[in-house]
Amino acid sequence: MPATFFYTIEVIANGLMTGVMYSLVALGFVLIFKASGVFNYAQGVMALFAALTLVGIQTGQVPFAHLINTIFGTHYDKFGWQVPTLVAILLALGVMILFAYLVERLILKHLVNQDPIILFMATIGLAYFMEGFGDLMWGSDIKKLDVGLPQGGNLWLEGATAGWAEGFYGFYLDNLDMWATAIAVVLVASLMFFSNYTKTGRALRAVADDNQAALSVGISLRTIWVIVWSLAGFVALVAGIMWGAKSGVQFSLSLIALKALPVLMLGGFTSIPGAIVGGMIIGVGEKLFEFSVGPYIGGATENWFAYVLALLFLVFRPQGLFGEKIIERV
Amino acid sequence: MFYREAGDYKKTYAEDTQTFPIKLDRMGYYAILAIALIVIPVMLANDVGGGANYWANAILLPFLIWAIASIGLNVLVGYCGQLSLGSGGFMAVGAYASYKLMTSFPDLNIVFVVILSGIVTALVGIMFGLPSLRIKGFYLAVATLAAQFFLVWMFNKVPWFYNYSASGQISSPTRTIFGFEVTGATATPEARYLFCLALLIALAWVAHNLTRGRIGRSWMAIRDMDIAAEIIGVAPLRTKLSAFGVSSFFVGIAGALFFSVYLGAVEVGEAFGIQKSFLLLFMIIIGGLGSIFGSIIGAAFMVLMPVLLKNIMVGQLGWATDIAAHFEFVIVGALIIIFLILEPHGIAQLWRLLKEKLRLWPFPH
Repeated sequence: MPATFFYTIEVIANGLMTGVMYSLVALGFVLIFKASGVFNYAQGVMALFAALTLVGIQTGQVPFAHLINTIFGTHYDKFGWQVPTLVAILLALGVMILFAYLVERLILKHLVNQDPIILFMATIGLAYFMEGFGDLMWGSDIKKLDVGLPQGGNLWLEGATAGWAEGFYGFYLDNLDMWATAIAVVLVASLMFFSNYTKTGRALRAVADDNQAALSVGISLRTIWVIVWSLAGFVALVAGIMWGAKSGVQFSLSLIALKALPVLMLGGFTSIPGAIVGGMIIGVGEKLFEFSVGPYIGGATENWFAYVLALLFLVFRPQGLFGEKIIERV
Repeated sequence: MFYREAGDYKKTYAEDTQTFPIKLDRMGYYAILAIALIVIPVMLANDVGGGANYWANAILLPFLIWAIASIGLNVLVGYCGQLSLGSGGFMAVGAYASYKLMTSFPDLNIVFVVILSGIVTALVGIMFGLPSLRIKGFYLAVATLAAQFFLVWMFNKVPWFYNYSASGQISSPTRTIFGFEVTGATATPEARYLFCLALLIALAWVAHNLTRGRIGRSWMAIRDMDIAAEIIGVAPLRTKLSAFGVSSFFVGIAGALFFSVYLGAVEVGEAFGIQKSFLLLFMIIIGGLGSIFGSIIGAAFMVLMPVLLKNIMVGQLGWATDIAAHFEFVIVGALIIIFLILEPHGIAQLWRLLKEKLRLWPFPH
């Protein structure tokens, strides 16, 4: 077999794993959209904020250090301690839950029964707010996130597959990407289990189905919203850890939210498996396109390929692959 | 007491359909026009108080240009209900179209260059508006992101658009109207200001009359309930595409002005990135969806607020610029949320309420 064949397989495998990383962000969107009909643009910034908080707690940074120093002329920077990774993750999760509570309290409660578009724009406002707030709190420099996951290419796999064809040096797969895939699988499985077999999960599905009816059988919408936003915060934390470990915790992390949007359109806004499958299609599609067509038209096609693919796809199937059929009545 | 329509009789059809039917509104409008057309240019030309260039570059020109763009986006989002996140890309189309026209036809007057760039952008906008016939709401918003990213990528990667220049930047040559330079490095602030202002007045008038005529009503019908509109005979194809076309025309003109008159030299990813699309969206949310007046006020608000914040935090308090920039994000975000909670219809609605109150003042029921 020719080496190009194996290289194509490598590109596909890498694409699949990048796609899983997109799906991690897309999952948070789906959770919130299903339960409250809110299209949460801030999901990407939540991932950034969660990762920033995690790094901040882990390395013992003083929150708002920059601001405090500017106003009071002091020179605080670090507390001088290191928090163990697991504790830091739990604390960051606590912050995300607090955040979910505040969002419900300060924003969602006041916007009940508004048009979906108004809610969407409110989440854009929320995204801006959190971006500025996160930077004020933890500083805007690029931070390194180390939670003990293995980094770099997998040497064993590369060595084992080298020489399968003339001029083929073995599959280059990133350890971190493989971990991310495994974690995503566990995450999705536990989310499915949670929503199918627990009481709270059932309540979540009831609210997603018909919130009026759910309200009338005694499910508290506001509690459900806090739970859903906390769950989305948890997913954001996982996504933030993965992306942060991969490319450093920095502003561009919040832009992966934009990449998650075409994933959602492909998979459908209301389907958890759809988010995963959509992510994989986008991941493989853009990698293959860049690999095969990219060099002829100037490269960097990853910037737009996902959107154009989603656009073309939507023209033929407006509700996405797994979305509920959109039925409209006058 | 003072603000009323009582006693203001309309005797002809023309009087009844004029742009400002209430006398006090009309007088206020003329007063604003007089200030904008005479007082401000004279002040700029004589450099009253110093810093005419700063005023023109930091406040007046961005305000005028963003006002044109936000009228354009408001036609699409506020009047026709089609959410678009691709306006930054369409502004880039306007900018690059004007650049190609200026460099290919050096004798063409800048007015025609700007209008032709608007038309080119309108055609591109109609093309990207085609999917709106099949997809709606958020799905459409995401689809317009395709326009944003694809267009910016294209202007970056295809050398023909920037005339194979080494830096990949485009810079605008000097062009004149009636002998006055309006583009290029040596143009005076008052000439550039008047050029943009004239376009804003003309375009706002066009938009106002479009939105209250047959086309505007069909846009609003589609916005309010598209299926019902279709049943009573509003053609969705023509209506949606005309909204995309008109909107992109305005946004394209704004992009052309942004490049040629305001910035002078442009790097596409920086000047017309996704952030610009959001900025424009914020302008029309804060100003008021479905209101021409609101678009202009929203643009003024979003242009003035960062300047004001920067002056207070960096100028008065002496903070570092990056802290000020972060605060700006926090404040903009918080303002958007507060506006949406308190008054989802923006400043324009507050103005309407104020006028209602003024009618009864000082003797409310």
